[in-house]
Amino acid sequence: MMENGFSSPRNDSFPAGLRVLVVDDDPTWLKILEKMLKRCSYEVTTCGLARDALNLLRERKGGYDIVISDVYMPDMDGFKLLEHVGLEMDLPVIMMSVDGETSRVMKGVQHGACDYLLKPIRMKELRNIWQHVFRKKIHEVRDIEILEGIESFQMTRNGSDLYEDGHFLCGEDLTLIKKRKDIESKHDEKDIGDNTSAKKARVVWSVELHQKFVKAVNQIGFDKVGPKKILDLMNVPRLTRENVASHLQKYRLYLSRLQKGNDFNNPVGMIKQSDSPLSDSAGSFGSQNSINLQPTDVSNGCYGFSVSSLVLHNVDPRSHNGDRKILVTTPVAEPKRGVTVDAPNPRKPRISQMEFGHPLAPHFNDGFSHLPMPGQKQLTRADYPQPARAISSAHSLTEREIGCPVKIKPSRNDYGSNASHVSSTANAVDSIPLQTKTNSTNHQVSSTSSMENQGLNMNCLTDVESSRKNINLGMPPFAPLDEDLQVRFVPGDYYMNLGLQNIEVPEYFDPSLLTDVPIHLNDGLRFDYEFYDPTEYSLIDQSLFI
Amino acid sequence: MERNQLRRQVALTRQSLFDQGFLDEQFIQLEELQDDANPNFVEEVVSLHYRDSARLISNIEKALEKNPLDFNKLDGYMHQFKGSSSSIGAKKVKAECTLFREYCKAGNGEGCMRTFQQIKKEYATLKRKLETYFQLARQAGPADTACRPK
Repeated sequence: MMENGFSSPRNDSFPAGLRVLVVDDDPTWLKILEKMLKRCSYEVTTCGLARDALNLLRERKGGYDIVISDVYMPDMDGFKLLEHVGLEMDLPVIMMSVDGETSRVMKGVQHGACDYLLKPIRMKELRNIWQHVFRKKIHEVRDIEILEGIESFQMTRNGSDLYEDGHFLCGEDLTLIKKRKDIESKHDEKDIGDNTSAKKARVVWSVELHQKFVKAVNQIGFDKVGPKKILDLMNVPRLTRENVASHLQKYRLYLSRLQKGNDFNNPVGMIKQSDSPLSDSAGSFGSQNSINLQPTDVSNGCYGFSVSSLVLHNVDPRSHNGDRKILVTTPVAEPKRGVTVDAPNPRKPRISQMEFGHPLAPHFNDGFSHLPMPGQKQLTRADYPQPARAISSAHSLTEREIGCPVKIKPSRNDYGSNASHVSSTANAVDSIPLQTKTNSTNHQVSSTSSMENQGLNMNCLTDVESSRKNINLGMPPFAPLDEDLQVRFVPGDYYMNLGLQNIEVPEYFDPSLLTDVPIHLNDGLRFDYEFYDPTEYSLIDQSLFI
Repeated sequence: MERNQLRRQVALTRQSLFDQGFLDEQFIQLEELQDDANPNFVEEVVSLHYRDSARLISNIEKALEKNPLDFNKLDGYMHQFKGSSSSIGAKKVKAECTLFREYCKAGNGEGCMRTFQQIKKEYATLKRKLETYFQLARQAGPADTACRPK
């Protein structure tokens, strides 16, 4: 019943070679689907039992790109399988059934299915399933950036208690936050109305919460970590295991990207190779609880995460120097040109997509080595960064930047003080001035991008395929923000990126957009970055500002 | 000459299956999937379907003998059977399956039993017709059979 079509990541032109896992208890359909998918030049593995499918997926993390499953299966409800796959592997899952009742379809979508096909299924429907894989990859990058943004933000804030007091929030921010809340409540209402089953409460991963999370992870030991354990340790009321699980996925992916970043820094010659931030971090986890920009810390890689951002940058010559405010470090998965925060950049988002193609290639799990290369505008932006839609005109950078969470200190003064603070530490100094100006920064990153295949194939996104939920810019076309990771960021107008090179502020932090940012970011971001490798950072530093 | 006649016979038989509503578009999809790598694909799929549906039919039969009737279970079995029928394009059978599920939802045991008898009849008819068709096709030799009805 289980045929194994597993193979190593495809090298040929995407989407050919897409690795599909089909799960259906109906042997006739299994045979038919296998043939159809093979016709599409996909690599097919079939499974008659949900259990077998899960085992396969677990054994071969990163061995599949997408799962197609029937809703009805004798050993396990298809929706349950869907949830498992989403939580554990974070792969796009397509549901199928002979039953097309709206309620069923809705249930599928609620559980995170990225599509729902009715049987009998047509060839043309199968031919296009690759888009789900692609879309997810794109969103993943964004999520990671968000996560990194949080961390970087945390780092910079160190030393100043402004955030804790919430003073930094200026009027603009507050409005943003407020608006964001409105939008969210709208979403909530709608969801509640539609949702008959228990709706997972949205969890906003504030810095504080994230800190608790990281602390718990450290305590348990990164290797032994599991959502339940973390949840118990964190002891946060109303936080669910699912919330933690999805956050954990993202976190893992983030870390794996970092690690990968290390491996990839050849071109720039900087980052220490194969130094696994994970191991470093594991070691140093918990050792420091605040981001202190002290010499040791600096080296310690608060900037570590920058690696990831570095990674993803194609050395993109386009740098927008100039009036850009650099806000957050969202490790850019793509070659980013500096992000401008405020000036709506006429650059079309599409551009980023093009860039996306290339740098992201390594990023994908199995090496979508043939993502459209920059310059090829074939990508259908379809529903790609939705949140970014509103800002698209505003920012030239990819929507990816969305991740820029971080609270931004509105006043330059702060920056100034931080800067000095930072400068007291090692390498940061150089970066600061540069950062202030523009963000030529992260563009040095070249290949580091493929964090992905680290072996930690944990994709951040859990249930809902789209990472949109995290990219909460409060853009009107907000994708239904599913539970957990809603990282809300308060875009500020200036982020002091002290030494956090890859901090780039997504352009869309256009002040006018600021209305949506939720308030809770205020809770003092505390972040444990310990796991960053100091040496890497310094290297990065230098290369960044070329 | 004989060959050609045979071929024409095959084509006509095939066409009538569509015209009379026994088969739908899905069958053509199967034909289109048949290629050099899988030269007997359609027949293989149909055989697979027979095997699976025999099991499902027996499940349903047993469930219908229970008293009281477990409509949820019945619905589940029928859902599976319907899925299997849809795989080969068994149009009439599928329609009866839908009707059966409606009765299940309404908790109408009578309706279920009646419909089930109908399903078995349609299923048997289709099976017979397909077997005749495949036999003819084999006799006529390999030919291009995939063509859309009307």
